[in-house]
Amino acid sequence: MHQTAEFHKRVKDALNNSQLRSNFRVAMDGLMEKRSNAFPDKQFLEELRITGSKLRANALVKQADLLEQLEANCTRNGIKVHWAETIEEANHIVLGIMDSHNATRMIKGKSMVSEEMELNHFLEAHGKECVESDLGEYIIQLDHETPSHIIAPAIHKSKQEIAKLFQSKHPDIPYSEDIETMTRSARQILRSKFYDAEIGLSGVNFAVAETGTICLVENEGNGRMCTTAPPVHIAVTGIEKVLEKLEDVPPLLKLLTRSASGQHISTYFNMITSPRKPGEKDGPKEVHLVLLDNQRSKIYEDEELFDSLRCIRCGACMNHCPVYTKIGGHAYGSLIPGPIGSVIEPQKFGLDKFGILPTNSTLCGACGEVCPVKIPLPKLLHRLRYEQVRNDHTGATNGQGSRRSAKEAMIWKLWSWAHARPAVYRTGTKVAALFRGLMPNKMGPWTRVRTAPKIAPKSLHELAREEGFDNE
Amino acid sequence: MSNARANILARLRARTAEKTPVDLDRGFESPDWSKEERIEHFCKAMRSVKTEVHLVSATDWANKLAELAKAKAFKNLLYAPAGPLATQIEAAWKKDSELPVLVTREVDVDGWKEELFFDIDAAITSTRSGIAEVGAMILWPTPEEPRTFSLVPPVHIAVVEADKLHNTFSDAIINEKWYEGMPTNSLLISGPSKSADIEQTLAYGVHGPVELIVLLIQ
Ligand code: SF4
Repeated sequence: MHQTAEFHKRVKDALNNSQLRSNFRVAMDGLMEKRSNAFPDKQFLEELRITGSKLRANALVKQADLLEQLEANCTRNGIKVHWAETIEEANHIVLGIMDSHNATRMIKGKSMVSEEMELNHFLEAHGKECVESDLGEYIIQLDHETPSHIIAPAIHKSKQEIAKLFQSKHPDIPYSEDIETMTRSARQILRSKFYDAEIGLSGVNFAVAETGTICLVENEGNGRMCTTAPPVHIAVTGIEKVLEKLEDVPPLLKLLTRSASGQHISTYFNMITSPRKPGEKDGPKEVHLVLLDNQRSKIYEDEELFDSLRCIRCGACMNHCPVYTKIGGHAYGSLIPGPIGSVIEPQKFGLDKFGILPTNSTLCGACGEVCPVKIPLPKLLHRLRYEQVRNDHTGATNGQGSRRSAKEAMIWKLWSWAHARPAVYRTGTKVAALFRGLMPNKMGPWTRVRTAPKIAPKSLHELAREEGFDNE
Repeated sequence: MSNARANILARLRARTAEKTPVDLDRGFESPDWSKEERIEHFCKAMRSVKTEVHLVSATDWANKLAELAKAKAFKNLLYAPAGPLATQIEAAWKKDSELPVLVTREVDVDGWKEELFFDIDAAITSTRSGIAEVGAMILWPTPEEPRTFSLVPPVHIAVVEADKLHNTFSDAIINEKWYEGMPTNSLLISGPSKSADIEQTLAYGVHGPVELIVLLIQ
């Protein structure tokens, strides 16, 4: 299968790259420790997670009404609201806004939705310059890469790799592997971009229906720059980010920053409710909010998978995932990696494209345990494994049944048939025990690092009977 | 394209009835802290993220400001002549001719953006209130003290009144009735700008201020 072969190749390459593995190992260990230190009281954490999951679930249940309320309040405040069903529509909306200002220079804050839209690529094809300003995003943009983590996009790179990259792209800046020096270089380089940009683009962490407020969480100040310095600000968001009330924000913010990086609060929490009003001396004169669906309303249809829309994109599930930590983000081949990526991306782009991802999990349960909004990730991974082999054509998931194999289906049929017939089952185990010597020692990849399993001379049933247990 | 709104809402509405309403109790609890405890929490949290906090009084803070401005050898200091801090700053500056130049501009920031972006060393602003639990100041920028003051110059100095500290963020929203109307921009600021994007190692001074100095009026 095409997607499987490609996926296995990426995983193999990642596993053979010791630099990459150590970059992830060190970073993920650090993030896990920071999160754990930020929640010293487990009871408090549990109560907060329950609150967080309820606040998100409540907003999702009322989503249609809240989106309308958000739109009405934003409009009243002077923010222009746009709706897009697809990423093509969303991209054209952004392009249209740029063109209406004859703008060619955009400065961007961190936005996973703009990555989902492949906005940079689209705008560059239309002759626009898009500069990423979040340090991690800037680094990967220099190297023409995609993020390998939703919170720390350049986490796959070591400081030496970044220092070399800076040197090749900015030969005028003295070479340095010192992290603070490199950070300051980025400040210098990007300052004039903030100054010059005609359009600032940002994502959205929470959109509050009650007041029509866009909330942004960040540490670098680039998000504030993008939403303050250029004359026009465009915020792009998935429709699921809406919250009912302003007072719903604090518990979720607390969960988000602590789960993501162990911070009690981010350096900045930026709440935007309108464009510059008459008399105000700075800030954008125009603010746009683009609401993107791109399959979210489809995910909404399924009673169980709908839970995945609660995600607040903290990244904790990937930080704690034993698979992600080994193979890193790029091996997934999807924009969002890790457990939540393995749940969301196949639903968005189809199981025929990303069906391999839900199988890429040990189902150890760590993701579900750390998720601040209690998304039952292991259960959803399981569900998607089922969706890709079911053939009753009743589910709503894209690409349903696409990974069903006739051979596998036949084996399971035979299995259940035999297990429902005691005589057949008994004969089967007898025969298997009789020919146990014929079991091969080499059984593909399984036995490369393990000894081959052997069938026992006596079945458990027989042993039990000898011990005096009876079936009846 | 114009159908997007209707289509999205219709798809969501088609399923809304199936969803179980969530039983929500929004009664968020607030700790029972005295003013002293609030000050203690606030200072501890702010200092843990490299904010320089000075405890001052309502009458002497401007002298402290003058002293810091001199010690740090700012070339200039941006302030708001029509803002709540102006009288005391101007009085302190009158006493000493060696202090950094006080800068103020009447026009919109667009008219002097280049100077603001490349020539201002430090800016001072007032704050609306603060949050003790996590150590954050609350700013609702005004026409007198615009948003860029606390963002663009490399040093931001903020005056916070301890009497206005809330225990938690929830308290601030509820006690100050934010839901009745939000300003163009409101901000929580807890420290100088920082990033951990390279090897998860914290480095201060990215795109926002490199230094944050808080004068906390007790
Ligand atoms: S699924 Fe949960 S843990 Fe993973 S990013 Fe989303 S909110 Fe965080």
